[in-house]
Amino acid sequence: MLEKIIEQAKKVAEQAECFMVESESAPIHFEANHLKNIESKQSLSLALRIIKDGKIGYAASSNPANWPKLADMALETAAYGQTARFQFPATQTCPEVKIFDPEVETVSLEEMVKLGKDMITGLLEINPELVCSASLAKSTFRIRLLNTSGADISYKKSHFSMGLEGTLVRGTDMLFVGDGLSSCRPIRSGSEVVNLVGKQLERASRNVNLQSGEMPVIFTPHGVGSTIIPALSAALNGKLVQEKASPLAGKLGEQMFDPAFSLVDDPTQSFSPNSRPFDDEGTASQITPMVESGVIKNFIYDLRTAALAKAKSTGNAERHGGQPAPGFSALMIKPGTVSFEEMVSGIKEGLIVEFMMGAEQGNVLGGDFSGNVLLGYKIENGQIAGRVKDTMLSGNIYNALKTINAIGSDGRWLDGELFSPSIYFPKLSVAAK
Amino acid sequence: MTSQLPQFKLKLEYSLKVTTLTELRNIAHELSQQLYHYRADYLEIHLEESSGSYISYRGQNLDTAGRSSDLGGNIRALVNGGWGFVSFNSLDDIQKRIDQAIHQAALAGSAQSQFASAPSVTYAQPDELSQSSVERPLEDKKRVLDEYKDLIWQTKGIKTSFIRFSDGYRRRFYVNSRGSVIEQSRADINFNATAIASADGELQQSNISVGSRGDYNAITRLHSQIKDMTEHAVKLLTAPKVKGGEYTVILDPILAGVFVHEAFGHLSEADHIYENPQMREVMVLGKKFGPKILNIVDNPTMPDLRGSYKYDDEGVAATKNYLIREGKLSGRLHSRETAAKMNEPLSGNARAISYRYAPIVRMSNTYIEPGTSTLEEMLDGVKEGIYVKNWYGGTTSMEMFTFSSGEAYMIRDGKIAEALRLVVLSGNVFDTLHNIDMIGNDLDMNQGGGCGKGGQSPLPVSNGSPHIRIQKCLVGGA
Repeated sequence: MLEKIIEQAKKVAEQAECFMVESESAPIHFEANHLKNIESKQSLSLALRIIKDGKIGYAASSNPANWPKLADMALETAAYGQTARFQFPATQTCPEVKIFDPEVETVSLEEMVKLGKDMITGLLEINPELVCSASLAKSTFRIRLLNTSGADISYKKSHFSMGLEGTLVRGTDMLFVGDGLSSCRPIRSGSEVVNLVGKQLERASRNVNLQSGEMPVIFTPHGVGSTIIPALSAALNGKLVQEKASPLAGKLGEQMFDPAFSLVDDPTQSFSPNSRPFDDEGTASQITPMVESGVIKNFIYDLRTAALAKAKSTGNAERHGGQPAPGFSALMIKPGTVSFEEMVSGIKEGLIVEFMMGAEQGNVLGGDFSGNVLLGYKIENGQIAGRVKDTMLSGNIYNALKTINAIGSDGRWLDGELFSPSIYFPKLSVAAK
Repeated sequence: MTSQLPQFKLKLEYSLKVTTLTELRNIAHELSQQLYHYRADYLEIHLEESSGSYISYRGQNLDTAGRSSDLGGNIRALVNGGWGFVSFNSLDDIQKRIDQAIHQAALAGSAQSQFASAPSVTYAQPDELSQSSVERPLEDKKRVLDEYKDLIWQTKGIKTSFIRFSDGYRRRFYVNSRGSVIEQSRADINFNATAIASADGELQQSNISVGSRGDYNAITRLHSQIKDMTEHAVKLLTAPKVKGGEYTVILDPILAGVFVHEAFGHLSEADHIYENPQMREVMVLGKKFGPKILNIVDNPTMPDLRGSYKYDDEGVAATKNYLIREGKLSGRLHSRETAAKMNEPLSGNARAISYRYAPIVRMSNTYIEPGTSTLEEMLDGVKEGIYVKNWYGGTTSMEMFTFSSGEAYMIRDGKIAEALRLVVLSGNVFDTLHNIDMIGNDLDMNQGGGCGKGGQSPLPVSNGSPHIRIQKCLVGGA
């Protein structure tokens, strides 16, 4: 079928590319401490991109009856399309990336149900007043890409994930805790997730007051993900750099951040959920250093953006259901040597941010992060004193990342998108009620 | 080396036969005759066909233009209180998928099903395609966007801009095991524009977001709004940051609409409450949440708004619901399951963004009813406060919420004074609603953006309010 569509497109356009995603997913959900819902999801979608008279046309459909019309649909859009100054790549030499484990398919529904029940039992043992929900899912994805430069490449990926949440309501005081793990391999015990959530519960076991002002702030890995990453990943995106909408445009090779801060994009880690042998345009995956010891090293590109910027694609074309655009596969922040406990013990009065809410609502392009501390803890004399509420944190990554007091040795993966340790900033602005 | 991975083949025999709406309609009616025979407490099927188009600009250049079409469906079964859900693109072998959904539901179920019944309905809504802009040539849409782009770039200090237009049309069939066959369609339009200004290595942005229920004219006359937005982005470069802390804040109707959606709307969704005994205690009907002047409504029956519909995705008739009446909790949003479990009346608020998801409790058109105050009266007597307009974003965790303004100004001695950089407001629903002390007489519904919940985003909703004044609102420094 794909061959036919390419053939058809070739008759009307100089170049053509077909990208197909087929997926099967089996999630189960627990609500209010019991099994609620068992799902199975099958999905298939096909996208055709053409280059006609040097311009890009695009059409996508999940309806096979419409596939013969894809070339016409794409042709209409090509009349207005962006100028293309690139060739679709022929088959490239791709790194061998381990992302499929046949074991995932063999995890039985009964085993998934048991894992969910065990997680909930584990959390209720810590606090029987909690109302828990949990989700587990196993999935398989098949990607196939064909283009008129001769590429006909594909890969298959397995995915397994588990998540656990607890809600504690005492009058009008509400506490939400939660964490999860995911991998291309089955996760056969829920105890690690229970421990992660249990730690949040322990730290939030009582509410304490915090005075507004500037103070030392530690972001946990989740805290890093929900505050500085949205602004940082936008600024390193070649598309925004090329448009001069990134404050990092023109700053390649410059020391912008603290020398302790290093960041790479790495889609080749074994069994990491976002790993893949090639990107969504068929460019081979590569490890791209983004920031080395505080110095800006690279921006990420897809084929089109690279052509505009006179750069090379870094293998970062991501589709997310639409046309390819530069996107990170898996960002990894280099861990430090200091333990989380050591960081805390050195602070007289400060804040730990676990989850930020609304940090992306500000001037993200300008580097701002400002939001409500959804889950955060107060540090008093080197100890975690309890949970703070009704507290807002604001800052700007270009100021904050200039001076880092310490980077933790506690790096971990979050959804396969980000590997981050805890980060300790000497002074950020906090507004509390 | 090149990855050597197994090839795979597609099975398309049956799906290829489904080419017209009539055929999809026939399948829906055939299925409705068969669903009685299955052993399940309740069964529903959704079948859906949709199409869409989009154009976006980044900077001076057109960035993407594309068209899409989608076909798929789902089956949801309830057995002994457990749910099975199966979604698919391929319409092959639907019988087998029904069996699978029932099997999954039986595995999940271990109690008695509680599920509110609603009258059986056979209904086919007149087609909204005539109002849809999807069929319009891309050329027309491009012309309008070009005008906006040129307007933005005429302004000095503009570094770049993003403009995105998308439209969609969806026809949806709902069939259940209790005899209902409902056919509804929806046209939807979304428009966003952002202007980015820069000076001395600093970037500031300003944006607008507009939507409509297929009315193309809603996005063709935005020239003055685009011009204001652009000038505001430039103005922000020299605007001061607000000092974090508590302020008297006046919200314009657009931002107050986002506020009512985030600060209270989500909390009134019964799926957060029905299985949590402590939450049920907190959210008991009759509880005082705000001043007597406060009335909050969710109403999917308003004509031609993005959150409007006749039947929800569980086949329940849409109704106007008072969530807060004279400051007291007076109702909430329900699915059939949450209504049965809480023994409260059905509200018709089970919605899904597409066939890939099961319906969950969602808002429709949510608003604060108008009061009697004017903006001048609200400003009067505010020595130092903040006037916030337009929206940028908003999110909630039930108790605490946060939302950001598109424009903000200091209020000094009862007058709107200098512009401020974007401000983020935050609050606690149990305090903040009580702190509303004035409600304006100028209700306006905002149609931009969409709502996200449980991985389902964006759902078309609208929200609105008159101007409102809130005392002691927490504002984060920008």
